[in-house]
Amino acid sequence: MTTEHTHDTHDHAGAHASDHHDDHDHKPTGFMNRWLFTTNHKDIGTLYLVFSLIMFLIGGSMAMVIRAELFMPGLQLVEPDFFNQMTTMHALIMVFGAVMPAWVGFANWMIPLMVGAPDMALPRMNNWSFWILPFAFTMLLSTLFMDSGGPAAGWTLYPPLSLQTGQSFAFVVFAVHMMGVSSIMGSINVIATILNMRAPGMTLLRMPLFVWTWLITAFLLIAVMPVLAGAVTMLLTDHFFGTSFFNAAGGGDPVMFQHIFWFFGHPEVYIMILPAFGVVSEILPTFSRKPLFGYAAMVYATASIAFLSFIVWAHHMFSVGMPLSGELFFMYATMLIAVPTGVKVFNWVSTMWKGSMTFETPMLFAIGFVVLFTIGGLSGLMLAIASVDLQYHDTYFVVAHFHYVLVPGAVFALMAGTYYWLPKWTGNMYSEKWGKIHFWLSAISVNILFFPQHYLGLAGMPRRIPDYSTQFADFNMLSSIGGFIFGASQLIFVGVIIHCVYRSKVKATSRVWEGAKGLEWTVPSPAPYHTFDVPPPINAQTVAHADEYDH
Amino acid sequence: MAQHAENAYYVPHGTKWPIIGSIGMFLMLGSAAMWLNDSAIAKWTFYGGAGILIYMLVGWFGEVIRESEDGVYNSQVDTSFRMGMLWFIFSEVMFFACFFGALFYARVFSVPWLGGEGTGAFTNEMLWQGYQNVWPTAGPAQLGGEFQTIPAFGIPFLNTLILLASGFTVTMAHHALKKNQRKALVLWLAATVALGFVFVFFQVEEYIEAYMELGLTLGSGIYGSTFFMLTGFHGMHVTLGAIMLLVIMLRCMKGHFKPDQHFGFEAVAWYWHFVDVVWLGLFIFVYVF
Repeated sequence: MTTEHTHDTHDHAGAHASDHHDDHDHKPTGFMNRWLFTTNHKDIGTLYLVFSLIMFLIGGSMAMVIRAELFMPGLQLVEPDFFNQMTTMHALIMVFGAVMPAWVGFANWMIPLMVGAPDMALPRMNNWSFWILPFAFTMLLSTLFMDSGGPAAGWTLYPPLSLQTGQSFAFVVFAVHMMGVSSIMGSINVIATILNMRAPGMTLLRMPLFVWTWLITAFLLIAVMPVLAGAVTMLLTDHFFGTSFFNAAGGGDPVMFQHIFWFFGHPEVYIMILPAFGVVSEILPTFSRKPLFGYAAMVYATASIAFLSFIVWAHHMFSVGMPLSGELFFMYATMLIAVPTGVKVFNWVSTMWKGSMTFETPMLFAIGFVVLFTIGGLSGLMLAIASVDLQYHDTYFVVAHFHYVLVPGAVFALMAGTYYWLPKWTGNMYSEKWGKIHFWLSAISVNILFFPQHYLGLAGMPRRIPDYSTQFADFNMLSSIGGFIFGASQLIFVGVIIHCVYRSKVKATSRVWEGAKGLEWTVPSPAPYHTFDVPPPINAQTVAHADEYDH
Repeated sequence: MAQHAENAYYVPHGTKWPIIGSIGMFLMLGSAAMWLNDSAIAKWTFYGGAGILIYMLVGWFGEVIRESEDGVYNSQVDTSFRMGMLWFIFSEVMFFACFFGALFYARVFSVPWLGGEGTGAFTNEMLWQGYQNVWPTAGPAQLGGEFQTIPAFGIPFLNTLILLASGFTVTMAHHALKKNQRKALVLWLAATVALGFVFVFFQVEEYIEAYMELGLTLGSGIYGSTFFMLTGFHGMHVTLGAIMLLVIMLRCMKGHFKPDQHFGFEAVAWYWHFVDVVWLGLFIFVYVF
């Protein structure tokens, strides 16, 4: 290795850097300087995380409206059009406002710490990619207060229905444009940071898996967000400027929108889940006190999933009318994804196998992720079968499927990561007792919430409808009860975070977790405002996992 | 701002420009949406927002240029900038890919299906009897009325030669910069800027001809839609690229850039080549075939 000698040269300096900065942090003074003008990856990471938590609660309250209306058959609480606005906005907010910004927040906080960089590669652009978001979501949420109400055609914005949206239409399109600009800049920053800012000796195959998954996620984002921008731009011109992209009378095709949308939309679901794979791959080895099983295989599996995500988009459209060869191609390509995903699940289980396991809150959420995400993955395999998808399409089975991969999948991983790194971020330990209560309430209620929806879907209950036939009543009531418990449980999460930041008396050590490995655990807790002045040493002690050190 | 040694990390100080940019973007796009909803004053707040955005761009780039000329940036920052520009261009490639995708989908699938091919037989039989699969087309309802297309080997071919020539001149400028021949550098750049604006001028002429004489408009069915969206977005990118080249030329005249350090120049040159390559795709798939 050519990097060996650099270890020695930087060893001394690296150890020095963190000491030096404990004394004076150089935090900017004043609210504006600290938060509005900041170029600090930790502050921007915090902004992203707080923003996404707020959006999670707003999107969550919309879900509560949906579940309250569906508690009983018949229309009781809201108008059907408002119900449709809720389903549409809930999805847009959760996807673009909660899950994606939360992952960017994690990337901001952790990637520089994990690769030994002083900050993100382009710190000022980093500020902009965050500060677009509050404006974009102000624009999106403002549509709810317009005469026409918010968008109600579903988050997929399929024409011709979405073209019937009133006043709010252009606002929604422009809000999506702004989110896209933000995501693209954020992703460029992540890629430049990972490729250019790694400490000497932090070779690609020594990077923590969270960094790897984000590198691939960022690539997906840069590749598909412009396509979404193009798709909504075509909607805009079809609506206002007389183009015929999605109008058969002019030679276009509404189905064309679905192809373009899902060319974005399918990689998008991996954008939300790949960083979750990364976080879980960090947590399981720590609490199993064993190296990650098959590190390189994990990296290649992630890359394979990302590649496959580009050639499976039309499995969202099996029932829309496609040539048979298309149905077959997309069916087989989709099923192929089960192979690298299976590799991952196998490796997670093998990591825990014969490990000296303990069950702190992050570990509980990570194990919950492995089990429940796998259920969501398996229902995905059922949906991949084109012939039976004709029955499942647009039913609650689909709703159950993607909520299983997104809620006990992506969201559980977000929570696992939050509990895992919260002591590093704040310098305080959170309340383990309340963390565990949060986990058990969430894990039980999320299953009460979404598992019955499988049966509802198989029995034929359509999605996005505020009323239903009476034979669906019991399962819907059960699902709503689970939903209310799940929603209320998240207030515990907020409470635990606030307590940890402001009230907790228990100070965190640098390493925090006995089995934790990786650069981020070599700096004090809370991580100093500026972490690495000069590159830190990279060796078997500071690398989280790499096959070469695992023997 | 202290000067940093090559081996130490560099982190820039705080900045007010992003938040100004966000406010400008919010005002501009929010006003655009209200303008589309026929609001009377939105037009003026739109211009206000655009003005704020331009102010932000001038201020932000100005600050970065000053820091760069003061030698604040080390080679690692230079590499970050390069990666940033390359990935930005990749995102632009995907943006155009979206509209090319729409064009190919229309020509390979939707228009033939409407003409009764493949699974479209019933649509053709029931809805659009007698509609033939031809290209160019304004669709079975002939939206926007009769139209004629721009012949490829007129202005478009001329514009192809202009853009290819501008790719040559910007490369000559780069060679001059590397050899530190400042006069030649500015002259080659001036030629590139001029070619860029001549291209835009001809494109405008072409649009006027299309609207006034050929009956070809944005509303001319799928042909008009794809034609104007692709050439329109390309034209905007050429305009932006030409403005960027103009800024680089002015900077060269002020003595900026060194033979071995001129990322700003290279970034704009990359962008210009990207715009050039997109045009070649347009010329082949929009005009010739």
